[in-house]
Amino acid sequence: MYPYIPNTKEDEQRMLEVIGVNSIDDLFSDIPEDVKLKRDLNLNPSMSELEAAKYMKKLAESNTPIDDLTCFLGAGAYDHYIPSIVGHITSRSEFYTSYTPYQAEISQGTLQYIFEYQTLICNLTGMDVSNASLYDGGTAIAEAAFMASNITRRNKVVISKTVNPEYRKVLKTYAHLQQIEVVEIDDKEGVTDLDQLKNHVDNKTAAVIVQSPNFFGIIEDLETIGEIAHSQKRTMFVTSVDPISLGILKTPGSLGADIVVGEGQSMGMPLAFGGPYLGFMATKKAHMRKLPGRIVGETVDVDGNRAFVLTLQAREQHIRREKATSNICSNQGVNTLAATVYLVTLGKEGLREVATQATQKAHYAFEQITKSGKYKPLFDKPFFKEFVVTSSVDADEINKKLLEEKILGGYSLGREYPQYKNGILYAVTEKRTKEEIDTLSSVLEGII
Amino acid sequence: MKTYNKLIFELSKPGRTAYRLPENDVDQVALEELIPEEYLNKDELDLPELSEVDIIRHYTNLSNKNFGVDTGFYPLGSCTMKYNPKINENMAALDGFANIHPLQPEETVQGALRLMYEIDRALCEISGMDKMTLQPAAGAHGELTGLTLIKAYHENRGDTKRTKIIVPDSAHGTNPASAVMAGFDTVEIKSTEEGLVDLESLKAVLNDEIAGLMLTNPNTLGLFDRNIKEIADLVHEAGGLVYYDGANANAILGKARPGDMGFDVVHFNIHKTFSTPHGGGGPGSGPVGVKECLLEFLPVPTVEKDGDRYYLNYDIPKSVGKMKDFHGHFNILVRAYTYILTMGRDGLKKASEMAVLNSNYLAHRLKDHYNLQENAIFKHEFVLAGLKGDFLDVSTLDVAKRLLDYGYHPPTVYFPLIVNEALMPEPTETESKETLDEFAEALIKIAEEAKENPEILKEAPHDTPVRRVDETRAARNPILKYEG
Repeated sequence: MYPYIPNTKEDEQRMLEVIGVNSIDDLFSDIPEDVKLKRDLNLNPSMSELEAAKYMKKLAESNTPIDDLTCFLGAGAYDHYIPSIVGHITSRSEFYTSYTPYQAEISQGTLQYIFEYQTLICNLTGMDVSNASLYDGGTAIAEAAFMASNITRRNKVVISKTVNPEYRKVLKTYAHLQQIEVVEIDDKEGVTDLDQLKNHVDNKTAAVIVQSPNFFGIIEDLETIGEIAHSQKRTMFVTSVDPISLGILKTPGSLGADIVVGEGQSMGMPLAFGGPYLGFMATKKAHMRKLPGRIVGETVDVDGNRAFVLTLQAREQHIRREKATSNICSNQGVNTLAATVYLVTLGKEGLREVATQATQKAHYAFEQITKSGKYKPLFDKPFFKEFVVTSSVDADEINKKLLEEKILGGYSLGREYPQYKNGILYAVTEKRTKEEIDTLSSVLEGII
Repeated sequence: MKTYNKLIFELSKPGRTAYRLPENDVDQVALEELIPEEYLNKDELDLPELSEVDIIRHYTNLSNKNFGVDTGFYPLGSCTMKYNPKINENMAALDGFANIHPLQPEETVQGALRLMYEIDRALCEISGMDKMTLQPAAGAHGELTGLTLIKAYHENRGDTKRTKIIVPDSAHGTNPASAVMAGFDTVEIKSTEEGLVDLESLKAVLNDEIAGLMLTNPNTLGLFDRNIKEIADLVHEAGGLVYYDGANANAILGKARPGDMGFDVVHFNIHKTFSTPHGGGGPGSGPVGVKECLLEFLPVPTVEKDGDRYYLNYDIPKSVGKMKDFHGHFNILVRAYTYILTMGRDGLKKASEMAVLNSNYLAHRLKDHYNLQENAIFKHEFVLAGLKGDFLDVSTLDVAKRLLDYGYHPPTVYFPLIVNEALMPEPTETESKETLDEFAEALIKIAEEAKENPEILKEAPHDTPVRRVDETRAARNPILKYEG
């Protein structure tokens, strides 16, 4: 009757006999009558696989996937190439039907790929220690703020408004819980206003948080911002980074970062309407015991063979309860595996090529879109794969016209940055072709 | 076959490649002309070089060192390791779900919004709540979200004295950790001998500083707390709210609803109750449902319906804000909704009935050999207090490790903390009587081995890819990345 429930009627009877009760109802007699549900749930009756699939496909087909459009939308979630191998490995059910590797002896697969993931994240960011991942880019920033506050025993964080607005909203929700003051620094011509930053960093500041490339796609002067952060003793310098950009840009570690976080979706995860993605977090060795989340370490078994195990667990909720560094219990599991496979598949040359092509194509698109003069650059700063242009026409109006031509236009800045009302943030990944970019710019030109 | 024991980095060889991109068809301007040199990394990236075959073989070999629900019985208590139906994976991979951008115009994602709206309604019906937020990424994140709402509720009333959350000593570790993360202090209350909330202890701590109580029902001993209404009433009378940790919801689908028990806020662990994969640790999903008193504080956006149109509602002036980027773990919810459709109202109820039947059956098969609370009706899980008899030498850990040799994932061990030598099996409804019988026989055999040959337990496991690992060494001298 139900494909996932193997007990037969006869099994049920024999089991009830062993237990010594007459009916299934007897097993629920401990639930008081006044809280028992005395009716059926108001849901559909059970469906066959064919019926359920038909229903779900109907819902799926009333969405327009990006493959039916040309995607120039980014703003924190990107249409990057995902090698076929990623999905094949993450579909292995020995990985995806397991749980947190509490029993190390039969979880070496999971433990080892997490160890490899930690290594890759450290190498990419130039940091010493990585955890096994957090939920996403936004909660990673919030956890970094808590971590910095915990390490410094201070309750103020300073964050640039050039950090993704989604992340800042999550940070503010979290910060309120622990009465951490969040000071936001304005942008000046598309980058963090350094003078304003200097004025707000003081001896109560737990962390200075910036993003580079920032929300406008612009590369921030991390070295100088790091110096401003470190002008106060013990203040932590937290940077959020697009991992793809690290194919060509200097590592945050080499620029003075104390905690590096970021959104990992670009590393082999489909857009999936916003999740599940992955938040990464890495830090210096001195702070490893303050990291939130799971961490895997190398050790040996009783026979002296190399083995991996969850470690530094004295930080965690299942051991420390109210004294844990965070309440986080899970990591992003399968997505951590996706990021690992993505990074080793692209490897030394591939990540650089993805980043290089994205940079070149984004700059080509920028030239094409701005050359007629109808669309003007909003900022004149070095950028990676995203850039902002503005025009005399309302951004939503432009996006509507683009959609008619099957183009998914950029992100309308006016929602979060009223001062840049008609600004549009375009994202150009390595997947876009010259033809697609030329079409975008010619359609755009026709709109004004 | 020799056990595979290589790291991916040890397979790297200069010149190998596993990817190929199309030739760049725009002007290939040198990077130095696009980005100032001082920002560019001149060093080679520290990433391996491999062929696609190398990578597939490596991770296939690693997967063979893993044990999942598809490998065998995985009765990990409080984790609800039920079977993950394969249709769910197929639906999540549909182009219309997997390949939509979270910021696409609403008119291009009506199906996704409708799915979110419908699963919101279904989860409300199952839980007896009024409205869900789908943002929380996991159970612990749901707890944090729920406590954030409780905080907002009291703050909105100007009731700033309420800084404490009551947590029973049988609670999941995430409960006190979430409470502290949400800026509360915790007050632990003792359980009765039987394992339920001690009403007198509860009354003793209730006052105008209490923001709320967190409770799992059935609790971590697998017992349904029959005093639940009185508990909720007491907390409400004292001005607090009551939080339902849904980790154990698999026991009561279609049987009882937290909303009817007096809970104000509820989270579900979608990856437990609604069959989505545990994924080696995640991604999970932890939607939170609320009663009317908390509606005005829900995170933005919620999903609403206007005629035939579905939309994201950001217009919640007293909202606590955002708990997470975008709209939560959407593609996990796709799997869960597929499950809800396939099971339906009858199948969900049947699932809970069989989860409870399996649990009580297994408990009865084991009660002569392991210490078990007498005359109790268990829900979806139960707790054994170690081996029966006097085995000073053999611990629950030894029993668990020996189970590995018999081809099982052991039950949860040493939790809940209030039971000595705790061993907590949760069989779930997706296991057959035969599987339970074989598992019980293995545990009974291990109990015999403990008497006759305790060494075989203490040295276990013997037949796993690696044997007992040195955790102390890992923690004392942390090696957290490959150094070459």
